[in-house]
Amino acid sequence: MTTIYLDNNATTRVAPEVLEAMLPYYQDLYGNPSSAYLFGGQVGRRIQEAREQVATLLGAMPEEIIFTSCGSESDNTAIRSALSTETGKGHIITSRVEHPAVKVLCTHLSNKGYRVTEIPVNKEGQLDMDRYKESLTRDTAIVSLMWANNETGVIFPVEEAAQMARERGIVFHTDAVQAVGKIPIDMKNNTIDMLSLSGHKLHAPKGTGVLYVRKGTRFSPFLIGGHQEKGRRGGTENTASIIGLGKACDLAARNMEEGNTKVKYLRDKLEKEILDRVPNSRLNGETLNRLPNTTNISFEFVEGEAILLLMDEFGICGSSGSACTSGSLQPSHVLRAMGVPFTMAHGSIRFSMSIYNTEEEIDFVIDKIPSIIEKLRNLSPYWKPDEQACATGA
Amino acid sequence: MWEYTDKVKEHFLKPRNAGEVEDANAVGEVGSMACGDALKLSLRVDENGKVADAKFQTFGCASAIASASALTEMLKGKTVDEAENITNQDIADFLGGLPKEKMHCSVLGRQALEQALADYKGEHVKEKEGEIVCECFGVTDLEIEKAIRENDLSTVEEVTNYTKAGGGCENCHDAIREIITMVRAEEKPVAKPKLTNIQKIRMIEETIEGEIRPSLKQDGGDVELIDVIGNRVLVAKRGTCAVCQASEQTFKNLVESKLQELVWPELVVEEVSQ
Repeated sequence: MTTIYLDNNATTRVAPEVLEAMLPYYQDLYGNPSSAYLFGGQVGRRIQEAREQVATLLGAMPEEIIFTSCGSESDNTAIRSALSTETGKGHIITSRVEHPAVKVLCTHLSNKGYRVTEIPVNKEGQLDMDRYKESLTRDTAIVSLMWANNETGVIFPVEEAAQMARERGIVFHTDAVQAVGKIPIDMKNNTIDMLSLSGHKLHAPKGTGVLYVRKGTRFSPFLIGGHQEKGRRGGTENTASIIGLGKACDLAARNMEEGNTKVKYLRDKLEKEILDRVPNSRLNGETLNRLPNTTNISFEFVEGEAILLLMDEFGICGSSGSACTSGSLQPSHVLRAMGVPFTMAHGSIRFSMSIYNTEEEIDFVIDKIPSIIEKLRNLSPYWKPDEQACATGA
Repeated sequence: MWEYTDKVKEHFLKPRNAGEVEDANAVGEVGSMACGDALKLSLRVDENGKVADAKFQTFGCASAIASASALTEMLKGKTVDEAENITNQDIADFLGGLPKEKMHCSVLGRQALEQALADYKGEHVKEKEGEIVCECFGVTDLEIEKAIRENDLSTVEEVTNYTKAGGGCENCHDAIREIITMVRAEEKPVAKPKLTNIQKIRMIEETIEGEIRPSLKQDGGDVELIDVIGNRVLVAKRGTCAVCQASEQTFKNLVESKLQELVWPELVVEEVSQ
């Protein structure tokens, strides 16, 4: 059975060109970039090239790029750095729908005595900008808001939010793990101080990430050790992966157009057809400001884990905001923050596409999903097809 | 991804007895969509008091569907009395086990069965008894107590796995802890659920230390636990007991009767010389 991978917000395949660029650094060119001799030094030069490639994708300067091990490390570094450089300030602003890398860290910091404000979102998953503005205080050390949401794809106006923070002298960080490579980002034209990205979300390998730190931003390292990354992140470089990430950023810049046309076309087709063919289904999240590759659909009267396992029988990969898939008992915090009723949240499925998906795959999924939902609804005590066929739930 | 047994997968992919029994005379409905799982169990009990037909409808994850399917298979042909004795553990065992976080799926089955049998007997199907402890999932103190007793639970996490209580806002964790302490304090000597070997050995050691050794020591004697093989408890006499021929029978009787009373009724004490 072939795999139809529609879970690209979870992780992506390593692009063949990326793997090809990486392999020599596992085989022949295994030198330590810090070494004095050419055998190591030449690897250092390739890392510098990768830094330039990442900087180009972000519209940044190479010296503003710090390589890390993952998005979570970048998020931790950014927030902890601001708290230690902004001495005397004890307030953190974030949103209710952040990725656990930020959300759980903020809960942890709140237990340590920091005051944390979580800005709510509206029913469509969009940030409440009025509440955000009111929450900015003299005591605020850092704002951390995601650029795009991993579950719904909803894009926040982070550049506007960053400008409001800048006017008040507050450090602004964005978790852009889902945005980088999918939508254009130009750090020259905004006032965001720090930005996190993760390699494996844009066809680079797992275990590599970046923290962008704007030149002039006060910085305190998280991993202290060697002189690597100019002392801003100790530890021998993950050379092959960094070189792979550089290549992936290069490809992402070139594929951005395709992502916003072909991938968006496939996403829109899948979304429209499923919503048309499956009664009592609904879209989660606004469509105006949204990543081109993501759709999040709720199916009433059925539960998400059961849907995923039946999809798995056809080799279709997606993810769910249901409680049962996560091991917790409550459905996704993102959908709850949006006020999606529990009855809908338990049956939510996220499909996230990449340039490697084909129209044949999407057609296959469109063909299978209605029967999967029907099979589960026929088992469900709440499904009364005659009464409910035309009433769209909540 | 959950590690489900082949049997769980099979019952999920090909559920047995899905639907509603048309002329049902025993119906139980538990759970809700907000909670994430719900089960409607309908049975027809024939004139001989046997379950002639059983069907289910489930809203829930794979293991909730499999648990309900398994329950209907287990029920068919059983007398009402036999059906009453089916525990949530039996449902899990039938499926070759459930991941511990999914045990509440088997509890849901047991609860629906209880309701259905109460319905059959014409007992007024009660509104939930007891006081709500977990507001998020509407779980009462009596339900929590029952799960603790029947499954020998000792932590809040286990209670959450079996009943969902405490899985939401977590405000009730202290209350759950109090219930665990209360149930476990009252429950010492009554018939116990199956013990694991480690539990058994630990309890034997505790009983020897707390109950047996002090009375032997009064006479200058002592006892040492050598091994436990199934229900055979191998012990060696120490101190004056070791040299006192007359103590033979009293020693064995004392140790055995205490262990049978406080640990497990089928234990047999054997004396070894070591």
